[in-house]
Amino acid sequence: MLTCAEITELVTAYLEKQMPWRRRMAFRMHIGMCRHCRAYLRQMRTTVQTLGHMPAEPIPTDVLDELARRLRSMRLPPRAKQ
Amino acid sequence: MSDEAPDDANLVARLLAGEEQAFVTLIDTYHARLLRLALGFVADRSVAEEVVQDTWAGVMAALPSFERRASLKTWIFRILVNRARTRGVREKRTVPFSALEDPDDAGRQAHAARFDGGGSWLEPPRPWDDETPERLLLRRETMAILRQAIDALPPGQRAVIVLRDIEGVSSEEVCNILDITETNQRVLLHRARVRLRAALEGHLG
Repeated sequence: MLTCAEITELVTAYLEKQMPWRRRMAFRMHIGMCRHCRAYLRQMRTTVQTLGHMPAEPIPTDVLDELARRLRSMRLPPRAKQ
Repeated sequence: MSDEAPDDANLVARLLAGEEQAFVTLIDTYHARLLRLALGFVADRSVAEEVVQDTWAGVMAALPSFERRASLKTWIFRILVNRARTRGVREKRTVPFSALEDPDDAGRQAHAARFDGGGSWLEPPRPWDDETPERLLLRRETMAILRQAIDALPPGQRAVIVLRDIEGVSSEEVCNILDITETNQRVLLHRARVRLRAALEGHLG
């Protein structure tokens, strides 16, 4: 039987599906019976999903436009100067 | 992130042809994200900005030889990480990527203290699990807390969680980009997630 402490250590392996079948069953059994670990697992999932939609801090459009212009001018002219 | 860049091959072709809008798309898609990634490797924002500029120069130089073995995203991230690390070495700020060099004692002790000797919860998770990601993302304060918690992560954990969970790079690619083993990657990812969940709990629970 897995302890609650062990469950929290295994959460990432479980979510990554990097767990042997038997262990996975034991993990699920514990989660089925323990509401605290169930909450922990759910919160971990929410954390990961939230991170997946976190925007980077916005950069002003004029800065981006200027950069795009500079980058374009950096471009090596194709097949030039043979 | 799951919003994939519009068809890599097409974008690369348009960039090579010098199409103006393609450069705007490239910069819009990646610049802010590159800066976020770079900030985990170097001491301050101005250095991170230089690293990103450097990365763009590298991307432009190598673009004609871009092969679609990796996605454009992964390819660009790899260029950034290489430049950032070189820069970090030059500034004698080495970034430990192995979980062994990153014992994360504070995080682990805080976590361990929540259990009794038999491994049962002494201090169970405080309830905030009815919160949905959609709701959390709308709260400015919650996002600020999360950003701070990410900034406070040890460098290895930060690099892994930004690439995996924020940018949605596969574990295989992350190992490749950071040159770490699969086990290492998973340990760092786990520790980072443990810390970030705890930060959200401290704020919401």
